Amino acid sequence: MSPETVSKILRTVPREKAFYFFTSIGNYTGTSASSLKEFVERINEVNVKSLEFHLYRGDFEKWIDEVLQDQELAGGIRRLQKVNLIGETLRNQLYATVSRHLKWLTSQT
Amino acid sequence: MKLKNNAFTLDPLDYKILEALQEDARQTYTEIGKRLEIAHSTVYDRIKRMEQYGIIKKYTTLIDAEKTGNKSMTAIMTVYTDPKESEKVAEELCKAQEVVEVYTSLSEELQIIAKVVAESQENLHAFIANSVAPLPGVLRIRTSMVTKKFKETQFSICNDPKKLTFIKGTRNINGEKQHEP
Repeated sequence: MSPETVSKILRTVPREKAFYFFTSIGNYTGTSASSLKEFVERINEVNVKSLEFHLYRGDFEKWIDEVLQDQELAGGIRRLQKVNLIGETLRNQLYATVSRHLKWLTSQT
Repeated sequence: MKLKNNAFTLDPLDYKILEALQEDARQTYTEIGKRLEIAHSTVYDRIKRMEQYGIIKKYTTLIDAEKTGNKSMTAIMTVYTDPKESEKVAEELCKAQEVVEVYTSLSEELQIIAKVVAESQENLHAFIANSVAPLPGVLRIRTSMVTKKFKETQFSICNDPKKLTFIKGTRNINGEKQHEP
């Protein structure tokens, strides 16, 4: 992965492209993430129902793929979807997947 | 109908005309005049004056969306905001086509309550996620889907029983006898 691609993935996106965490359709938690770094932090803070809601709708995968343009991490999230985890186990696995990838990306810069 | 310092005061006859219009805005001046036992020219003058002063805002049609066959869903959205940004959030919501009514509420937290109509749950979610949540000052949003409508009507200004008692047996400023409700 080129340094330019890594910088692009790690950038802070504008407010309208940020990820907004909902617990169900229309119910916004007040938490959002404008970068991958913020996204990792929010995974640990947000209501676990929000993680379940977005993971199984494919929202995380879509945002990471289309906005951050990180196909590799999007693939990792897609695989996690298939394991059918819920609750805190889901939170821990999601956090481990994303934080590991973020650590690798930051080591490339 | 009285004018004082450019302010407009309604008299009992104005209320009766408004009540008639709220029942059926397509009635002619003559029909309203007959019903209230006054000249149609009086009805015309008063309606024009109330339009001019913005008391009558517009004439519209109440449509039963279900019967039109259009698939749509209604939701009541409560938006909790930073008090400093509340006005701006309300103004932005007013601009959205999906939002049909917007109110502010002063409870323990500053809230904006809005009625939203969307074609589907997905469209509703996309609207809230992409157009409401990103607005500066929005702290969180709670949305309740409307599952069944029991009543929808406009508030009638003549609903107040005290006002009706006041109207009974009075004469308007032209000295014309009022219609007994």
